[in-house]
Amino acid sequence: MSLEDKYLITVGLEVHTELRTKTKLFCGCANEFGAEPNTNICPVCLGLPGSLPVVNRRAVEYAMRIGTALNCEIKHSVFHRKNYFYPDMPKDYQVTQYDEPTCVNGYVELPITGKIVNIVRAHIEEDTGKSTHIGTSGRITGADYSLVDYNRSGIPLVEIVSAPDMVSGEEAREYVSELRSILVATGATDGKMEEGSLRVDANVSVRPVGTEVLGTRCEIKNLNSLRSLVRAITYEARRQMEIVEEGGKVIQETRHWNEDLGKTSSLRSKEEAYDYRYFPEPDLSPLDPTAEEVEAIKAGLGTLPPKRRAILVELLDGTPTKSEIEQIQTAINFGLDELVLAGIDRKIPAKLSLARCANEVAGLISNLGDSYILPNEKILEVLAKESAGELTPTQSKVVLSRVVADGDVEVTALISELGFVAASSGEMDQLVEEIIAESPSEWERFVSGEDQLAGFFVGKAMKKSGGKANGKLVSKSLNDRRSQLQG
Amino acid sequence: MSDLNFIEMSAVEIAAGVRSGEFSAVEVVTAHLDQIDKHEGDVRSFVTQMGERALDGAKAVDERRSRGEELGALAGVPVALKDNMAYRGVETTCSSKILKGWIPPYTATVIERLEAAGAIAIGKTNLDEFAMGSSTENSAFFSTRNPIDLNRVPGGSSGGSAASVAARFAPIAIGSDTGGSIRQPASLCGVVGVKPTYGLVSRYGLIAFASSLDQIGPFARSVDDASLVLDVISGHDGRDSTSLAERSYSHQPIDNDVKGLRVGVITEMLDGLSSDVENALNLAIDALRALGAQVEEVSVPAAKFGLTAYYLIAPAEASSNLARFDGVRYGVRVEGKDMNETYELTRGQGFGPEVKRRIMLGTYALSAGYYDALYGKAQKVRTLIANDFDNAYDRFDVLISATSPTVAFEFNAKSDPLSMYMSDVCTIPSNLAGHPAMSVPFAGGEGGLPIGIQVLAPSFGEGVMFKVASALEAAANYKAIPEWDNKGK
Repeated sequence: MSLEDKYLITVGLEVHTELRTKTKLFCGCANEFGAEPNTNICPVCLGLPGSLPVVNRRAVEYAMRIGTALNCEIKHSVFHRKNYFYPDMPKDYQVTQYDEPTCVNGYVELPITGKIVNIVRAHIEEDTGKSTHIGTSGRITGADYSLVDYNRSGIPLVEIVSAPDMVSGEEAREYVSELRSILVATGATDGKMEEGSLRVDANVSVRPVGTEVLGTRCEIKNLNSLRSLVRAITYEARRQMEIVEEGGKVIQETRHWNEDLGKTSSLRSKEEAYDYRYFPEPDLSPLDPTAEEVEAIKAGLGTLPPKRRAILVELLDGTPTKSEIEQIQTAINFGLDELVLAGIDRKIPAKLSLARCANEVAGLISNLGDSYILPNEKILEVLAKESAGELTPTQSKVVLSRVVADGDVEVTALISELGFVAASSGEMDQLVEEIIAESPSEWERFVSGEDQLAGFFVGKAMKKSGGKANGKLVSKSLNDRRSQLQG
Repeated sequence: MSDLNFIEMSAVEIAAGVRSGEFSAVEVVTAHLDQIDKHEGDVRSFVTQMGERALDGAKAVDERRSRGEELGALAGVPVALKDNMAYRGVETTCSSKILKGWIPPYTATVIERLEAAGAIAIGKTNLDEFAMGSSTENSAFFSTRNPIDLNRVPGGSSGGSAASVAARFAPIAIGSDTGGSIRQPASLCGVVGVKPTYGLVSRYGLIAFASSLDQIGPFARSVDDASLVLDVISGHDGRDSTSLAERSYSHQPIDNDVKGLRVGVITEMLDGLSSDVENALNLAIDALRALGAQVEEVSVPAAKFGLTAYYLIAPAEASSNLARFDGVRYGVRVEGKDMNETYELTRGQGFGPEVKRRIMLGTYALSAGYYDALYGKAQKVRTLIANDFDNAYDRFDVLISATSPTVAFEFNAKSDPLSMYMSDVCTIPSNLAGHPAMSVPFAGGEGGLPIGIQVLAPSFGEGVMFKVASALEAAANYKAIPEWDNKGK
């Protein structure tokens, strides 16, 4: 019996997401990624003596959007100060929310398993600056010196805290993936993990199968991708199982994930944990959204991923396969579900357009910039041709890749440029006539009913056209000619 | 040059004269700079003098007048600024070693408003380090002397501002009041000092001591001048979230008829007064009665817990507000072997003993396991105090008390922190309630030293507060005179 069979894993996640406001949470400095260090700064986000914060109303609105999209209650909320010393935190306290957060008691339904993961709270807080530690360690301990960029200081964040409802790294990945698509759909964040606008901390514990009380948890920091998330949780759970199995005790601590080593290591134990001395931020008033404001947020949200998924599931006759569910998820994450819906109007089967969108188009657009506009019309044109049998699946994928990369090309011209001859009927007729002429006896036998010879002719057509013929259309043409003769 | 005695003029008179062209802002400022030259060596009001800038500012005002431009309500009026307010390009220290050499890149809203009204900043005044103290002895640089008796303290923490007005270095000054830091030095130096309603004056640019209690206010030698300055500095500021929307104070000629006004004398503030202060308070009561006011004693029961609550709330906020002085970005840095040692050395050497004491008190009050019993309970007391005041204001238009239990004391007289804290026992409750209160000089006590009467009012009750203060001022028949002028007579 493996260790993994003897223990249950419990995972709860804290997800920090940067809000896509134009300006920072408490001042008018630009909220942008990648500017020259220490250029988007002012007395307020540098915490200069005498400066005071003023709340960005748009950030509050975005936080309420997120809360609403996560099925939370939107409540009266209070900003608190979280006090601790660190060079990238200019006031040496962080303005956050503590016992009265803006959003509480929501949930996310996982798309594949249908499992409910509860959301304890989602609260607003300011980001810190960004430290770079120069030296071999890459950490503050042992660094030769450290550089601090305060551009990020004061950027608005929403921290979303889940209940410890997940049981594996894979489930955590499914949760973050679904959470991400909901967050992006609200327009409040771009959800880019690689730019740090979505950051995850994982709380992990294990307990023997058959027991109820949760084991001692460790919090893992520095999970910058879905891959790291799964690997770190899997590693950490295994580490804890081995400790318990050997009769040891897991120590409650914060641990750092090292992607290169594939290991977690201790950052600080519970004894070393900070006493944050939270107290209400006296420089800010509580937030008190009215019922009308909350309603307006709800009304402005549009259709969110769970509902969009339900629509696609219905198009697939309500019984999608596991891989189709994954395709749906990908399509929604990339906003391609609208394309699938538009295809229905043109009689393109949902199965086909969904598969092409999730497996081909999504992969292609991840390489394109934010401002790139997908040539939806042309994609639909290609899918329609494939659906009508004018393009083989292989041909369709080739054409799609060219169309997505360059939205200006003409689809028909592209197809003939690629030499997908079988697509045009004139060339098709000529090809079929040639192969019939070359094999008169086989043709006789086919006409007299030896259906299996169709494969022989298709093979010949393929060979003759250098693989560019459309097999389906060749056999259709052969059948048509035979019917006419028999007619 | 005219033979007018500019240094005895009120701000109202100076602004009128400059606006009408009777005399120039340069003449006014020069006269005050001369006075500073003569007596600053004895008084030591200023951490930073701004003589040259002040003359440039005065010339600019005069030029504006010669171009026929409209001049503001404080045209050509010299003003002294407590050195805990940011002024772009001028060293701002909070009288602390930790900020020595810090030059802010921006200016406090209050200073912008004063300058927009034509006032001329002549210097940054000394204070107890980070406004923590009641004598200005906690300044990391030097002690300021009381101009009325140079052997005594001017009070604090805005001691430099109060002394500068008493010494005729400026007709008006700006201070900040967290637990009495305007009113107590005003009382000890024989000038008027006002703590406005919380939120009436922007705190943007005021280096925070205790954010929920700090409020900026004026010093002047007359109630009328104080009222004018409050008009200039009050009003909503979008940069301060605690600044009240659609609220400002507007100055009008003060009608000091108190006939029929109901005045409560706070029972809880009658204990522990020195006999001369008690006499002065009784004289004030008699005077108000003689003017037709109905004066009665009234209990504000929770006020007696004010001092205790204050010494939990103010240090708690201070422990957080002062965390940023860590040597990383500005001010003094004492390099250690690693980050934590740099923090420890910088703060260990940069802060004085009283600041450290309060940071430790406040850190403790907020600690896990103590919060509810200390900080949390103090906040409840604060609500009780506000409620008890509100009950009193159901029956009274204003309340009065002594401002300080004693007249100005000698240097090093209160080396025990608790006895120093007691200096603010009458002033602290107004900060906890957020209500306005002011001190108006009323009588001479022991050795002719000034005694102020405190007038307290409900939120936004500045109008009635000034009315009563003005009546006391008129009835007082007392004027605080600098030691050097007294000796000359």
